Amino acid sequence: MDTALLNRLKDIAISDSGFIFDPYSGATFNTNETGRFILQLLKEGNGIDAIQSEIRKHFKTSEEDLRSDIYEFINLLMEAQLLPKSFQC
Amino acid sequence: MDQPKTSYEKPVLVKYQNGSSDKFGRLQAITPMTHIDGWPVQDLIEKYGSPLFVFSERTMVHKCRELKELLALRYPKFQLAWSFKTNYLNAICRVFDREGSWAEVVSEFEFEKALRLGIPSSRIILNGPYKTESALERALKGGTRIHIDHFDELSLLEKVADRLGMRPEVGIRVNFSLSSVPNWDRFGFNLENGQASSAVKRLTTGKRLTLSGLHCHIGTFVLDPQAYREATAKMALFAKQLCDEMGLSIKWIDLGGGFASTNTLHSQYLPGNQVTPSFSQYVEAIAEGLENLNGPTSELPLLFLETGRALIDEAGYLLATVQANKRLSDGRRAVVVDTGIHHLITSLWYRHEIVPAQEFNGTFEPTAIFGPLCMNLDVIRANILYPPLKVGDRLVIKTVGAYNVTQWMQFITLRPNVVMISRNGQCDIIRHKETLDHLVALEEVPPWI
Ligand SMILES: Cc1ncc(COP(=O)(O)O)c(C=O)c1O
Repeated sequence: MDTALLNRLKDIAISDSGFIFDPYSGATFNTNETGRFILQLLKEGNGIDAIQSEIRKHFKTSEEDLRSDIYEFINLLMEAQLLPKSFQC
Repeated sequence: MDQPKTSYEKPVLVKYQNGSSDKFGRLQAITPMTHIDGWPVQDLIEKYGSPLFVFSERTMVHKCRELKELLALRYPKFQLAWSFKTNYLNAICRVFDREGSWAEVVSEFEFEKALRLGIPSSRIILNGPYKTESALERALKGGTRIHIDHFDELSLLEKVADRLGMRPEVGIRVNFSLSSVPNWDRFGFNLENGQASSAVKRLTTGKRLTLSGLHCHIGTFVLDPQAYREATAKMALFAKQLCDEMGLSIKWIDLGGGFASTNTLHSQYLPGNQVTPSFSQYVEAIAEGLENLNGPTSELPLLFLETGRALIDEAGYLLATVQANKRLSDGRRAVVVDTGIHHLITSLWYRHEIVPAQEFNGTFEPTAIFGPLCMNLDVIRANILYPPLKVGDRLVIKTVGAYNVTQWMQFITLRPNVVMISRNGQCDIIRHKETLDHLVALEEVPPWI
């Protein structure tokens, strides 16, 4: 991941309760525990497969493929301008 | 030892918006509804399929008795007439019939349906702008009360009465302006411009009919009880005027329907269950209007009410099943369910209250609830803050008893079962779901194709 992007992600504040503050736009969001977990992994520069296996380790789920959920969440982050449209994972 | 894991929940992201409560209506707590009158929603769907309309006899009876008890406290002579078009399933009409209501019908088809159900002609009111000659003839023969809508109908009715050699008692429908509701002047004779008085003169000079009744119906979902005080006063004063000036005695005054149910109109800010007037507010307003009548109790006119919506809406539920979750281009969540606007025409008017039929947890998100039709207009709720739903979850759409199982249409899918839960907990089908056979039975393919 390019460093500018990583820096931008690092600047986003996420509280334990899932409250997100974007210092660039001033916008605020709320996410659930899974969202908070994924954002943290994205900040650390993880890719989709790593994120999927981390989720499996951390959460109890019978879902076979979590990738559509993760991509859907990434789309939401792009829509919210927390990630650039060009983001690849 | 492994740490106990948290349950996985689909990741969500919800943007905080200033004034978001304006956008979604006041934030209302969503409480799951797992049972209807003692029946688990899940069992109802397993037994009768999804989607499913469910009617509560208990609620219907409760509402009907509540209205009657309040009326009885304020006016000595009154009679409810069940507005067939609001919901004319036989079982529904039968419950109101058993509770003492007459029938109010607005077409020959509804008239025939009431008669077939065994309701005597003399306990039926025939209204509406289009009454066929054969319906009028049957009505006159059986002593049905007819409310004349326009001059052409007046002449036609005279012709029929003449042919039958009788001089029946009839009513006319009138309309007038009110301070808080628009005038439905397309029905009946206008009071302010003298049309109603002309109709009375025309009727009495014709000498083939006797004017004994006045009818009005000021609108539907009338949220202002004071409109009833005003309307009732106008009707009472008109009756008095006809008595004083023409020596006519008005034996009945029919105020139509129009009370609001606890639904929430799209244009309303506060939820209907917080703002809809109670029956006692409407009855109080009517009673105040009736004070304009005087004379001994024995001469007071019989008061009819044709309340539809407010008696049945809360008794009806529509059960549905979640078919899919998806995301719209703006990131909003959308849910596809197996019932839509073709079963629930009232979603065009209301923000229906929809609650999950099972416990839920997770983050609430702005959600659109769509029906199953491949049509853009098939929207049940365009924007509602909602907890996560899974495919297969059940939903209960509340307050759907009025106008849906009459105005629904067979379009793209078939219409579902309708059941009624009795006061002692029995559940029965009151209208079977359609099959392809029912539909194609009416079709023909000409041999030359
Ligand atoms: C003549 C007449 N009476 C009664 C009703 C029932 O009205 P509501 O369902 O608003 O009570 C209607 C409905 O429009 C009507 O036209």
